[in-house]
Amino acid sequence: MYRSHVMVCGGTGCTSSGSDKIAEAFENQIRADGLDQEVRVIRTGCFGLCALGPIVVIYPEGSFYSRVKEEDVAEIVNEHLLKGRPVTRLLYDETVENGQVKSLDDTAFYRKQKRVALRNCGVINPENIEEYIAFDGYAALGKVLTEMTPDEVIQCILDSGLRGRGGGGFPTGLKWKFASGNRGQVKKYVCCNADEGDPGAFMDRSVLEGDPHSVIEAMAIAAYAIGADQGYVYVRAEYPIAVHRLQVAIDQAREYGLLGENIFDTGFNFDLEIKLGAGAFVCGEETALMTSIEGNRGEPRPRPPFPAVKGLFGKPTILNNVETYANIPPIILKGADRFASMGTEKSKGTKVFALGGKIKNTGLVEVPMGTTLREIIEEIGGGIPNGKKFKAAQTGGPSGGCIPASLIDTPIDYDNLVAIGSMMGSGGLIVMDEDTCMVDIAKFFLEFTVDESCGKCTPCRVGTKRLLELLNKITEGKGTMEDLARIEELADFIKSNSLCGLGQTAPNPVLSTLRYFREEYIEHIQHKRCPAGVCKALLSYKIDPTKCRGCTLCARTCPAGAISGSVKNPHSIDVLKCVKCGACIEKCKFGAISKG
Amino acid sequence: MRRFSSVPFNGTKEQEQQLTSWLEQHKDMPGAAMPALQKAQEIYGYLPIEVQRMVAEGLGKPLAEIYGISTFYSQFSLCPKGAYKISVCLGTACYVKGSGKIYEKLQEMLNITGGECTADGKFSLDACRCIGACGLAPVMTINDDVYGRLTGDELEEILSRY
Repeated sequence: MYRSHVMVCGGTGCTSSGSDKIAEAFENQIRADGLDQEVRVIRTGCFGLCALGPIVVIYPEGSFYSRVKEEDVAEIVNEHLLKGRPVTRLLYDETVENGQVKSLDDTAFYRKQKRVALRNCGVINPENIEEYIAFDGYAALGKVLTEMTPDEVIQCILDSGLRGRGGGGFPTGLKWKFASGNRGQVKKYVCCNADEGDPGAFMDRSVLEGDPHSVIEAMAIAAYAIGADQGYVYVRAEYPIAVHRLQVAIDQAREYGLLGENIFDTGFNFDLEIKLGAGAFVCGEETALMTSIEGNRGEPRPRPPFPAVKGLFGKPTILNNVETYANIPPIILKGADRFASMGTEKSKGTKVFALGGKIKNTGLVEVPMGTTLREIIEEIGGGIPNGKKFKAAQTGGPSGGCIPASLIDTPIDYDNLVAIGSMMGSGGLIVMDEDTCMVDIAKFFLEFTVDESCGKCTPCRVGTKRLLELLNKITEGKGTMEDLARIEELADFIKSNSLCGLGQTAPNPVLSTLRYFREEYIEHIQHKRCPAGVCKALLSYKIDPTKCRGCTLCARTCPAGAISGSVKNPHSIDVLKCVKCGACIEKCKFGAISKG
Repeated sequence: MRRFSSVPFNGTKEQEQQLTSWLEQHKDMPGAAMPALQKAQEIYGYLPIEVQRMVAEGLGKPLAEIYGISTFYSQFSLCPKGAYKISVCLGTACYVKGSGKIYEKLQEMLNITGGECTADGKFSLDACRCIGACGLAPVMTINDDVYGRLTGDELEEILSRY
């Protein structure tokens, strides 16, 4: 028995800011103080509050240390672990009130969250199967194999109302039902989509890093339900920590007889393999993903036939996303009703969002469906930093849209998001403030889809490129009002004629910004002005002679030699030489330079 | 555009040995082409046409098919990379926090465009899609080192460490 546990976040965010070294420092210091029989250091999955990483939590107190540095470790060990006095100076400031330490659940960031998919992230050591088992791990698989028929399993998932968390929102139980015919007579596959390609989304990675066994267990349950004996997890090669932990988990599950032949002595066989992606966004589309697992260019195939009929290697296949799978074991163990009691009428359960962009608490949050955008951004997210105003939130990545401030009270669920021109997507939620130009953002996403379009069908390959050219025209100040009509016409054409989801949703960022921020487009076209000050071609820099003290700093900074003037006299910018890099504004101490 | 490299191919016998024995062992595995190219890139660092030909012959597939796969996925590179690979994240979270400017500044400082390698083979520069460290945005990586919360001013100092 250990009297204290030091949980060090080992997610990608914290690892990037050096949490590995901090865990080592803790181990060394604890050994040096002779506490290694009493205190244990554990590297866990993501706690969610990435903005404050590296994060260390000490149990049993639950003290939450944020932005921990190596040099703080000795003090924490000596004061907290040896003498029992938490170092309040280093604790997350929201957990300290009048010198008293509050529970983490009482902080604004965690209060409204409900962790189902992330239940074990930050709680267990993901590289130790016994810790997963201690938290009811593999109990759902045991229950399914010994007490339920495959049809009962499918009914349970149907009753829970669980919908695909990868973006589309298709009912998971229905997908399983479609693939359940001819059990035992044909080869079938169960696949997991961990090719999280949306820029700014990292929910699936965090589940794989923090709780890989929940995905393995759920895939085995799915395999039992449809009658498959082989599974594949298709995961991005860009996620090395996730790949490593998943492999460790698979090996341990095999060793414990939870994967392989005759699982739980029931005659049920199932094994799992990892397939590495190689960086192609389109491979998140189900048919493209299967083509890629088969070792080919990841191009989508026309549907029908649907994968439930003819999928991987031509055999019936189901494909679910990581977060969808992570929800399965609790549904089986605690019942479909309990899951269905959370959320809205048509969207049940919770959703994990990767909160990023211009927001104070960047990180991973899990909230019940139906939570409003305002609650997520203002309460959990802590609002917009630097006193700026909220302008829009982007959901659904390159397939989604921008939600304006006027719709901030919309309860978030699948259907509401589609109704306002965006979509759930896999759960990236990027917050933008007044410094973000919406035309530029539309262009950013379109550049992404142009780059990632696989080239198989013409509407997507050529259409998105032409659409991007029209946007470029506008940001360069050469757009006309007719271009707006042309953009809308072309966007509709791409949406209705593309082969797969990538093309069918590619125009969404353009259409949604055009719907809610039309004035901004018109401002670019008619007044050749970028209100947010982003589009370079439309900017010009000016020095206010009444504020300029002639310190010459800007002239020395300018890489183009565009600023002239003598000491202690107001300077001026030669607009013909100016390259609009903005270096002068950053350097000026008197706020004399403006752009517009 | 990542097409053929002007750098002459200089693979060693050992590298070839390593690749052909892997191909020998895995050639009957379903969907072997992608893992084979990933292995080949691990051995050689990139996929020049000579290496693609070895993979094609080893798996008994047309070179056209292997070339098709090599050029489809962004992870595969047909040009050699620098000793230090710089990747700037241009995912949405980093982009709205100014990683586009960081990328531009690095291109200027290294005097190369994205996807290229400096003449001395020291640095290569690429843009990448979300590495998932959005809490640290804007982020870049140099080989395995991660640099977050960049402002642009520290780039010179960071590069000088290599």
